[in-house]
Amino acid sequence: MTKRVDRRKFLAGGASIATAGLAGCALMGGGSSDTIKLGILEDQSGNFALVGSPKHKASLLAIEEINNDGGINGQQIEYYDPDPQSSNDRYLELTRRMVQQRDVDALWAGYSSATRETIRPYIDQQDQLYFYTTQYEGGVCDKNVFAVGPTARQQLGSVLPYLVEEYGPRIYTIAADYNFGQLSADWVKVLADENDAEVIGEEFIPLSNSQFSSTINRIQDADPDFVMSMLVGQNHTSFYEQKASAGLDIPIGTSTAMAQGYEHLRLDPPAMANIYAGVNYMQEIPTNRNTRDGGFVDRYYDMWPDAPYLNEEAENNYFSIYMYKRAVEQAGTTDQEEVKAALESGITYPAPEAPDGEEIKLVPETHHVNHHMWVMRADENHNVEAVDDRVIDETFLKDTVGCDLTSKDEEKQYTPQDYYEEAG
Amino acid sequence: MAPGVDLLVQFFPSFAKIVLAATGLAIIFGIMGVINLAHGEFIMVGAYATTLAYNGALGALPLVPVDPIGVLPGAVQLPAAMLTGVLVTALFGLVVERTVISGAVPNWIAERTIGRPVVKPMYDRLLDSMVATWGISLIMVQLVRNLYGNSLNGIGIPFGQFSYGNGLSISTYKLVLAGVAALVLLLLYVVFVRTDYGMRARATIQNEGMAKSLGVDTERTYMATFALGSGLAGLTGALYAPLQTIVPGMGGGFLVEAFVAVVVGGASVVVGTLLAGGLLGFVYALFANVWGTFAGRIMLLVVAILVIRFVPQGLSSLVERIRDRWAEVS
Repeated sequence: MTKRVDRRKFLAGGASIATAGLAGCALMGGGSSDTIKLGILEDQSGNFALVGSPKHKASLLAIEEINNDGGINGQQIEYYDPDPQSSNDRYLELTRRMVQQRDVDALWAGYSSATRETIRPYIDQQDQLYFYTTQYEGGVCDKNVFAVGPTARQQLGSVLPYLVEEYGPRIYTIAADYNFGQLSADWVKVLADENDAEVIGEEFIPLSNSQFSSTINRIQDADPDFVMSMLVGQNHTSFYEQKASAGLDIPIGTSTAMAQGYEHLRLDPPAMANIYAGVNYMQEIPTNRNTRDGGFVDRYYDMWPDAPYLNEEAENNYFSIYMYKRAVEQAGTTDQEEVKAALESGITYPAPEAPDGEEIKLVPETHHVNHHMWVMRADENHNVEAVDDRVIDETFLKDTVGCDLTSKDEEKQYTPQDYYEEAG
Repeated sequence: MAPGVDLLVQFFPSFAKIVLAATGLAIIFGIMGVINLAHGEFIMVGAYATTLAYNGALGALPLVPVDPIGVLPGAVQLPAAMLTGVLVTALFGLVVERTVISGAVPNWIAERTIGRPVVKPMYDRLLDSMVATWGISLIMVQLVRNLYGNSLNGIGIPFGQFSYGNGLSISTYKLVLAGVAALVLLLLYVVFVRTDYGMRARATIQNEGMAKSLGVDTERTYMATFALGSGLAGLTGALYAPLQTIVPGMGGGFLVEAFVAVVVGGASVVVGTLLAGGLLGFVYALFANVWGTFAGRIMLLVVAILVIRFVPQGLSSLVERIRDRWAEVS
């Protein structure tokens, strides 16, 4: 007898849960909600937590500022920020949840290119509005994706010509042995060719490797004018300490070190001495918007006093949320197609990376950003100073590929091998 | 360019890494039949304890009036911090052994509450021990991340560099590590051949039942062995703390070397690890130097495959066979 009651109870309970679930869906599905819903999927734990948590924190800063300032068109922003834990499976699961259950109006998600490529097919299937903000290898021409971080061509294109000018034309490339590192190394070759320099050696290093004696030895043997380093991850960070200890003092250009994982603050000097990073943002860049009292850096640390660093991608999340705000205000709705059209109307924003009076521009055709790029040098005490800066346009998709999302609906990633002989 | 000298110099750091990564694992596997998949995390504990101690964390503990490492003269601060790392890891290993591997603590409690033991010891249960220690490794990585964040500020690499001509140079510390690795093997030899513990440990490997009936407390031997293996993993972490970024997942970087060396070396801890370190160190240095890191790491795995195919008991079994043949001849 008791068993039957239990079973009936169980059924009743199950039914009520199912009804509640449906009710929830019905509520969520209604387009007449009075808040704007954003999904913020950034790693707060796991392998990418060190670089991902500043993105998460800066996103929340932008949202809080906008809400305190009256929201977007009078609507407050509501956000969902579950932790994807640096796992691509979890990213896919959470992206689905954001779209199906939370019905978000726009999504910011993911640190690595592998994560982006994991969720992009689903984003495209659902024709969502997705912002990918990490600096990356470039080439994504996708109607639903706004890749607002700088591309390899923009980052390397700022630092490589500077180093050729300063030190000479012979380049040695070391890069992480996966998609991003391989494509970045191709870009080094393309840029070397454009700047009358040559790559005299290159080595791709497995992500699990953390001992660099033989790599250091090979670089010394080749004796280049400078090294281009696209090393990635915590294991590879050990390279900088080991090369300093081995007495390798050749200048190093990089698109990956310092601006993301703040190695110049984490490692003992002089590990990062004479390293030049080509970046659109680091917390040290000397713009008034960034460093003044009450500037970007101050506001970030006011909200997050214990945060260790404000990195490149954090700024990208921050300004792209503001660009989204401008687009929604212009469109007068959160309807994703209309917001995309507004984003494709030449939205600009006075981002912290740009000096006073200058706004960075979201390019309508490519969904990429023409960034204000900086070459930042660390000295032997790890003080970082700007040695060069200028606006560098995204040219690969715009000019070389001819991607035009305003007239053609594409969902593709192009690589330099398709267009450059040197990259083959 | 002198490829001979170059190769010789590059041999030392790879020999050191392989030997130091493998000894702790080899001892626990060889004597207890436990595959410790948390070996990398034991190394991580050693590195964390060393780094924290070096940066003055001991002084912040309750009941400690002054930082005991901070009051030491500068030159011995790092060795003292490393010793702390070794001891902390050995102690940690002891706790893991009592609670998970042998199950002595949960059994002690269970016998007094529900009247029967609940955990069967992990000794010689290869697959079970892998699952249990893998679980430990997952817990440890996240626990350390929760406690200490995503990374610790590191220790500078001591000593400076050693130049060997033609613009080539290497961090002196990496050469010192090779000396330490050789010393560790020598000490292990002495421990296993000259001490009572070593004799009991060898008796336990050969025939546990017989050893027990002759009065060897095998459980105590296992406990000491696990602590010794853990302490050696801690030493590896301590020695590599200055060279590496201190992050919760750092132990993973030692696993390939450690497991390949144990497979290649075979059952005998000292002879096996020495031979494996020598062969693999040479192969890695040669290929990494000429064709790059990637080729070096591929060749480590190729050597492992060849050894499993042709000398499945490992290089140390080869030595035993040769010794037996000599004994027959003479």
